[in-house]
Amino acid sequence: MAAPIDPSPDPAAPTGLPRSRVVLAEVARQGRGPERTRTELTQQTVVGEALVRGLVRAQLALALRLSLVVAIGLGGLPLMFAIAPAAGAVKLFGVNLPWLLLGVGAFPFLVGIGWAYVRLAERNEQDFTDLVQRPER
Amino acid sequence: MANPYLVPAIVAVTLITVAIGFYGLKLARTTSDFLVASRTVSPNWNAAAIGGEYLSAASFLGIAGLILKYGVDVLWYPVGFAAGYLALLLFVAAPLRRSGAFTLPDFCEVRLGSRWLRKLATLFVIFIGWLYLVPQLQGAGLTLTTVAGGPYELGALLVGAVVTTNVALGGMRAVTFVQAFQYWLKLTALAVPVIFLAMQWQSDGRPAVTPPDGPTFRTTITVVVEEPATLTLPDGGIRAVRPGDELTFAAGDPVPAVSGAITDGPDWLLPSAAGSEDQDLFATYSLILATFLGTMGLPHVLVRFYTNPDGAAARRTTLVVLALVGMFYLLPTLYGVLGRIYTPQLLLSGQTDAVVVLLPGAALGGGLTGQLLAALVAAGAFAAFLSTSSGLLTSVAGVISTDVLGRGSVRDFRLATLVAGVVPLVLALNVSGLDVSQVVGLAFAVAASSFCPLLVLGIWWRGLTDLGAAAGILAGGGASILAVLVTVVGSPLSGWPATLIAQPAAWTVPLAFTVMVAVSMATRRRAPADVGATMLRLHAPEALRL
Repeated sequence: MAAPIDPSPDPAAPTGLPRSRVVLAEVARQGRGPERTRTELTQQTVVGEALVRGLVRAQLALALRLSLVVAIGLGGLPLMFAIAPAAGAVKLFGVNLPWLLLGVGAFPFLVGIGWAYVRLAERNEQDFTDLVQRPER
Repeated sequence: MANPYLVPAIVAVTLITVAIGFYGLKLARTTSDFLVASRTVSPNWNAAAIGGEYLSAASFLGIAGLILKYGVDVLWYPVGFAAGYLALLLFVAAPLRRSGAFTLPDFCEVRLGSRWLRKLATLFVIFIGWLYLVPQLQGAGLTLTTVAGGPYELGALLVGAVVTTNVALGGMRAVTFVQAFQYWLKLTALAVPVIFLAMQWQSDGRPAVTPPDGPTFRTTITVVVEEPATLTLPDGGIRAVRPGDELTFAAGDPVPAVSGAITDGPDWLLPSAAGSEDQDLFATYSLILATFLGTMGLPHVLVRFYTNPDGAAARRTTLVVLALVGMFYLLPTLYGVLGRIYTPQLLLSGQTDAVVVLLPGAALGGGLTGQLLAALVAAGAFAAFLSTSSGLLTSVAGVISTDVLGRGSVRDFRLATLVAGVVPLVLALNVSGLDVSQVVGLAFAVAASSFCPLLVLGIWWRGLTDLGAAAGILAGGGASILAVLVTVVGSPLSGWPATLIAQPAAWTVPLAFTVMVAVSMATRRRAPADVGATMLRLHAPEALRL
């Protein structure tokens, strides 16, 4: 019987990381400014990774929230007409409500949601840019 | 048909298309990096080009025909076609542009680093492209037959040949300007006649769309039946008609009810009610899902995203496309509605897709105005076939030449165009009895259950693996392809199986997502090591210049 393999690394064994020379002057020159955050992003450090995860999560949450608005606003219509057929018989300007909602109203509604998304998504990106360029604030 | 302006209008559109294409070809040869140059395309031009490419025969002819036939329930087609761009905007536009991927197979390689997944994606791009091309060629054949006479095969063959030659010579590679022109042409071709049609309707004393005694013929007319159907005559008698039968009606005669179409006023006017029509509700939701999620998987749409300067521009472009496409879709509804009044005979002949082309002549008579407007509409319809088929053919040929033939030289591209053009042409010649919009709806369903999960999960979820992606594409895409094959070549079904097969998206899309996530979780070790860097690249704003 083979001995159970101990998954925890032996502290004495060399780790997989290559050794690197640290020149203190270079580290100091990097400073604490935007360059450092930038490096953290590109080098995939824990901080950099957390920043990107935050951005992705914010953008996804925004997209999902707006899809929910569309799903309820438009996607609810077939159900509404199926449950309450009387709603379909309502007339506005001599036209039945379903024709107005689907034939005309749906398009400005979709464009409006799209416009709101572009604004909010760009704001998220601006926040992210600010965070990277002025991390101490 | 004695309209002397029809053929010149169609010839003019074709010539202008070829001419702009050739001009673009010259441009592309002098600027070696013509792809990079097109990255400076402004959002407005780019959006018009995407709109021009997107508004296909199904949009230009099919939707009005469906509305004529089925009424309010099919308004979900235009709504879904437009809403697809919202889904594209919310989940895909900016990250896809930032990925630097040119096509869907490219995206697979960028995100998952897998060559064989790239091949699988290639197969699906080709299938979706062809499935989308067939109805374009069908529509072209139909329009030519309707306006200029001659057999259907000749029309489809002619358009297929023109488009294939044009793309093979490289003329359509300068697509931006041609297709932007074609968007505005299509919008004008529907918008201007609508004004005249509305005035005519007004001066006819506003005839009701759903008169209480049922629709009647406005003029004496002879209908040639194209598809077998059962007619319920006004006196209660039932008569079966076969293709080739000729029926003559006098002005004022009531329109007989046709099997398959909705001729009863309230059914046409109001959404299908609950109860016995559970299937209808399911089919409606399935259609919404297919169109909403399918747009992002259409190969010819995605290709154009690379021409944006950056992710923010890609977003703005998509928003403008949404507005342009939405503006366009206000119009086919009016054609379908007015078609009930002026061209009810199309319900009998089965050629409902021809309503847009025939309506101006039928409503306004054979005078100069009617003839000119009919020519304008025919020109617009032709622009629709040319731009969509060219765009599809270019994207399919591009994928075949780089991923199947392997080298991607100009000679390969031309050979690939030939292959890419001939297959759908043969298909279009052999299956002529399909609704243009239904086939396009199926193409959307396949795209929605294969590429939509791949893009959405690839862009937003770190855990996606190549095996998971492949399994999801095969499960969802495979199931929907099966549904397409059963619909196109299988025997007719009835009841729930028919609904599940005709509108498969509601079960194939969840299936694809579930399989993709489950298999990815099971093969977690295969997730690419550089996924963090890819995520940064997909989502970080360009302003940071990382």
